[in-house]
Amino acid sequence: MKGKTLQLTLSYIVIIIVSAIILYPILWVIGSSFNPGNSLSGSSIFPADATLKHYKDLFDLENSNYLIWYWNTLKVCIITMVLSVIMVCLTAYSFSRFRFVGRKNGLMTFLILQMIPNFAALIAIYALANLTGLLDTHLALILVYTGGAIPMNTYLMKGYLDTIPKELDESARMDGAGNFRIFWQIVMPLAKPMIAVVSLFTFIIPFTDFILARVLLRTEEKFTLAVGLYELIADQFGNEFTKFAAGSVMIAIPIAIMFLSLQKYFVSGLTAGGTKG
Amino acid sequence: MGEQESTYTSNHRTKALALSIIPGLGQVYNRQWIKGIVFFILTASFFIAFSDLLQYGFWGLFTLGIDPKFDHSITLLVEGILAVIVTVLGFGIYALNLRDAFKVGKQRDANETPNSVRQQYQNLVGGGFPYLMMTPGFLLLIFVVIFPILFVILLSFTNYDLYHSPPANLVDWIGFQNFIDIFRIPIWRETFFSVLAWTVIWTFGATTLQIGLGIFLAVLMNQKEIKFQKLIRTIFILPWAVPAFVSILVFAGMFNETFGTINNDILSIFGLGNIPWLTNPTYTKIALIMIQTWLGFPFIFAMVTGVLQSIPSELYEAAEVDGATIMQKFRSITLPLVLYATAPILITQYTFNFNNFNVIFLFNGGGPAVAGQNAGGTDILISWIYSLTVSSAQYGKAAAITMILSLIVIVVALWQFKKTKSFQEEDMM
Repeated sequence: MKGKTLQLTLSYIVIIIVSAIILYPILWVIGSSFNPGNSLSGSSIFPADATLKHYKDLFDLENSNYLIWYWNTLKVCIITMVLSVIMVCLTAYSFSRFRFVGRKNGLMTFLILQMIPNFAALIAIYALANLTGLLDTHLALILVYTGGAIPMNTYLMKGYLDTIPKELDESARMDGAGNFRIFWQIVMPLAKPMIAVVSLFTFIIPFTDFILARVLLRTEEKFTLAVGLYELIADQFGNEFTKFAAGSVMIAIPIAIMFLSLQKYFVSGLTAGGTKG
Repeated sequence: MGEQESTYTSNHRTKALALSIIPGLGQVYNRQWIKGIVFFILTASFFIAFSDLLQYGFWGLFTLGIDPKFDHSITLLVEGILAVIVTVLGFGIYALNLRDAFKVGKQRDANETPNSVRQQYQNLVGGGFPYLMMTPGFLLLIFVVIFPILFVILLSFTNYDLYHSPPANLVDWIGFQNFIDIFRIPIWRETFFSVLAWTVIWTFGATTLQIGLGIFLAVLMNQKEIKFQKLIRTIFILPWAVPAFVSILVFAGMFNETFGTINNDILSIFGLGNIPWLTNPTYTKIALIMIQTWLGFPFIFAMVTGVLQSIPSELYEAAEVDGATIMQKFRSITLPLVLYATAPILITQYTFNFNNFNVIFLFNGGGPAVAGQNAGGTDILISWIYSLTVSSAQYGKAAAITMILSLIVIVVALWQFKKTKSFQEEDMM
């Protein structure tokens, strides 16, 4: 019994240390965001004279693009999500339910494509956007994100659709349902859990991507949050750190809440992606 | 099959196939007028619509332009690739035409009546449905994924850089010169190998640490006696819940040498307040690996927790009866089961970190700069490619390195998927 107590004590010590390492940066940035003054020199983590000034600055539309960046990001996220989900469902359904010429090669191509990050072809994407006049537009960003999301998510979705019994389709066909009806009224409702996963994954891409947005977007009013936040501190690092901190907090909190409430979808989706290939 | 064929009295299939060299003629021969006309019009309009693009495109692709006053090499390259894509699609339609003529001819040889227009329409809708559904996704994929890949492949065989860039100059084909240069010219060779070495250390170091910590904490939290399970688990997931770019930028501030809290508040307690986190490559590397561990372990933790909860407790009870220690139980029951269930995902963690641009770039821009090489001290391949493209305009070389990088990723990934069982399942492919 004594060994058990010792083991538990050690476990709690580890838990406390790890929690401290996790929470410290989070508390530090929250503390910084309430810090008066622009830089952090000579300040403490929990400022005595806390202020909401930096938050107000960010919400001030005249002097700050922060809200515009937020709006841009949400816009790009939502459109990317909707477009990707539609295309992924259509493509995955074809791969799962039909045996057609080119199917095997198509699947193989998807398998290889999902392994190369699409920003590896950065120069090409830039050149193409430049040539088509889509440089510095959100449309270019949305198209690139959507295209990049198709291979991996199609694989995820196909794996899930494969587990829905084909007998359901066949009995519906007996009753005279056409292809599209089977897709829309029989298979898709059953695939809702995986649609949720794909929606989440594709929604989050524009939020986390930095490199493509950085290369494709030129003017400050078009930036997404990742690029904007980077620019906020890259210009003169440290001089506007408290403002940056406030900006970070306002991104981290809503996303973290969304994530924590939907966490099981993320885990199940990523796990399915890995084992199903 | 052979015997069956010799019993045919007619030979419509070869005749139809031969006539189909002019699209539509074979179908007309098979007395499928409408289909024949459709094929013919399709082909004719293909040539009318694309003849300029094809001619100009292929010319541009071969020469990359001859006069810098009129020709823009990169535009020509893009149009050349478009011409190739259009040609491939055209050949696809042509093959379809040949196949169709042959098939219908064969039906006639076997004295079956070819399908009526109505039946053909139904066939098209039925058989064409999957193609129809895939078209939007497929087209997008061609333009934003496949096209860029082709472009980069071709670019790696050109001398496109600051001194050979349109509109002032032309770009030329130079064969494998970029690849040869990377391995021949000392500064490129040394940079390449030092970046590659760090990329490998980074990939294995950071990934193994985050996997190790994730598994360790999951096993730790799996003890039923621990209180506040839900709260602690939520805390452990937090680094995953916060968008990575935010955390990385915050860390960049924390490690900052003038105002960062790591030096000022934490290490100063131990009398170490001046560690050059951002100006000494070795310290930057240590910081990067620690940050990635912080960012990456929660996912492993969450996933392994799921696996642990599915291990039947009888296994452990039986081991306890046999007098196994904690370590023995972990080594012979927990670890094998966890690794078996999660191996493919663990490997994707390695490929992810191999290309983990965000953490390298956002923390310190790949820096600090190092003498004697044209990459920063903590640049990995992908961030080096980025800076070659964006800051030093070495497009050709960057494309060549991209090719090398993609080759590594594809080999690793194919090896991985060969090993997963679902790859071999018949229905899978």
